Amino acid sequence: MAKQVIEVQGLTKRFDDLVAVDEISFELAEGEILGLLGPNGAGKTTLIQMLLNLVIPSSGSIRILGLALPEAREAILAQVNFSSTYVALPPTLTVRENLIVFSRLYGLRPDRVKINALLAKFEIAELADRLTRSLSTGQLTRLSLAKSLLNDPKILFLDEPTASLDPDMADKTRSLLRAIRDQGGLSILCTSHNMKEMEELPDRIIMLDKGEIVASGSPKEVIAAFDKENLEEVFLRIARGETEPSETMRQ
Amino acid sequence: MNVLRISGVASRHFYLYKRSIPLLMEIFFWPVMDLLLWGFITLYLKEVGRDLPNLVLFFLGGLILWDILYRSQQGISVTFLQEIWSKNLLNLFVSPLRPGEFLLGLMSLSVFKLLAAATVTTSLAWLLYSFNIFLLGIALVPFVINLAVMGWTIGIVTISVVLRYGQEAEVMAWGLAFLVQPVSAVFYPVSILPPGLKQIALSIPSSYIFEGMRSILATGTFSWPSLLWATGLNAFYLGLAILLFYRNLNIVKVKGLLMRGGTE
Repeated sequence: MAKQVIEVQGLTKRFDDLVAVDEISFELAEGEILGLLGPNGAGKTTLIQMLLNLVIPSSGSIRILGLALPEAREAILAQVNFSSTYVALPPTLTVRENLIVFSRLYGLRPDRVKINALLAKFEIAELADRLTRSLSTGQLTRLSLAKSLLNDPKILFLDEPTASLDPDMADKTRSLLRAIRDQGGLSILCTSHNMKEMEELPDRIIMLDKGEIVASGSPKEVIAAFDKENLEEVFLRIARGETEPSETMRQ
Repeated sequence: MNVLRISGVASRHFYLYKRSIPLLMEIFFWPVMDLLLWGFITLYLKEVGRDLPNLVLFFLGGLILWDILYRSQQGISVTFLQEIWSKNLLNLFVSPLRPGEFLLGLMSLSVFKLLAAATVTTSLAWLLYSFNIFLLGIALVPFVINLAVMGWTIGIVTISVVLRYGQEAEVMAWGLAFLVQPVSAVFYPVSILPPGLKQIALSIPSSYIFEGMRSILATGTFSWPSLLWATGLNAFYLGLAILLFYRNLNIVKVKGLLMRGGTE
């Protein structure tokens, strides 16, 4: 049985009267890619933020890499990383300076060889000495992904990792993430509104709606459970309030 | 000219003033602070007349030392605002960086900034006005350290409030230090203040620092009580400021406001 790197039990987050995440339990296995899907307001961002200790849960427990959050916050965050299309890196630093700064923030001595390798991996080596503010959105996303691998994380949290990439670079990024996972046993928890990507990249997906898990399984299983052709159709059904999957899936 | 278009420009800001107390306060803040400061300076000059020795020394010295406090505070608060403006705050808080390490990082930058600024101002004062702040001697050191610590305290209070209430509170980064300036005895002694403000001045470390400095300049004697009061009050307020930062960080985590910079 694969080792579980994330164990979430009965996780709930209430903001006054709003229940953003409602009694969610799930696990992420070592080397697994788990996709988190759901309409806007479904609770995906709140869930990821709780796993990164940006939001304190109302109840429930989180164990990451066998350690309890928030008690072992520092030890956990040193072994995971995060990349989001919507979170910027300091624009007035060069690409290389950003990677040096973030190496230090993760308690690492900046490793020029490693930084160069990451820049090459994401095809931004020629931008190393450019100011970050001069990068295109796609280049910024690739820099953010390079930053997220600086500490050789065991778990990667990705918020819409390919949202601003062109189809070619998005495809390359997905292949790269799979290759990194296959080489090093990296586990990935990602969100995306790109349903095609969610059919291809994750081993398993969790569909959220109004803070609850409405379906989970491999993308094919979820599509079958809703008796649809693809994930986009499943997503539309959930977003429009028709959330009942087949009895098999609920079980 | 189109009146509607002109009103569009103005109304974009009126909407903000309607619901932002910090922005509204800013309209009145600077005129009131200027009035208080220059009013008390005028009163003081009127009182001492021509009896005040080393007038230039008093004012230039006060100004240079006040700038140390201000740069120290800016080193914390403006640096923090730069993280917000560049949308980098989240990257910092998802790293293993501890809140205490974050504050120490800001403090170290603030020391660098104030040293750079102090080097320039003291050099210019010497070149332009033949004023040598080092005439204060070794006594300068503990008082300058106290000024820097008070700057940190004001800076940490500022970033705690900005963290909790978001960018609309960022005017504090420029204004909060000046709130204490009229009662800090920078350019005039505490004795010139009316009773109510005098009590406030006596609860602020900077008033003891500037009174201590003035004592050295006027009589050449080092005031140990001033230094001890300043140090004790500084330790107390710095402790409170750090507690406020941790408390507000916890509140924004409970309310899920970190990604939105504190605003609800």
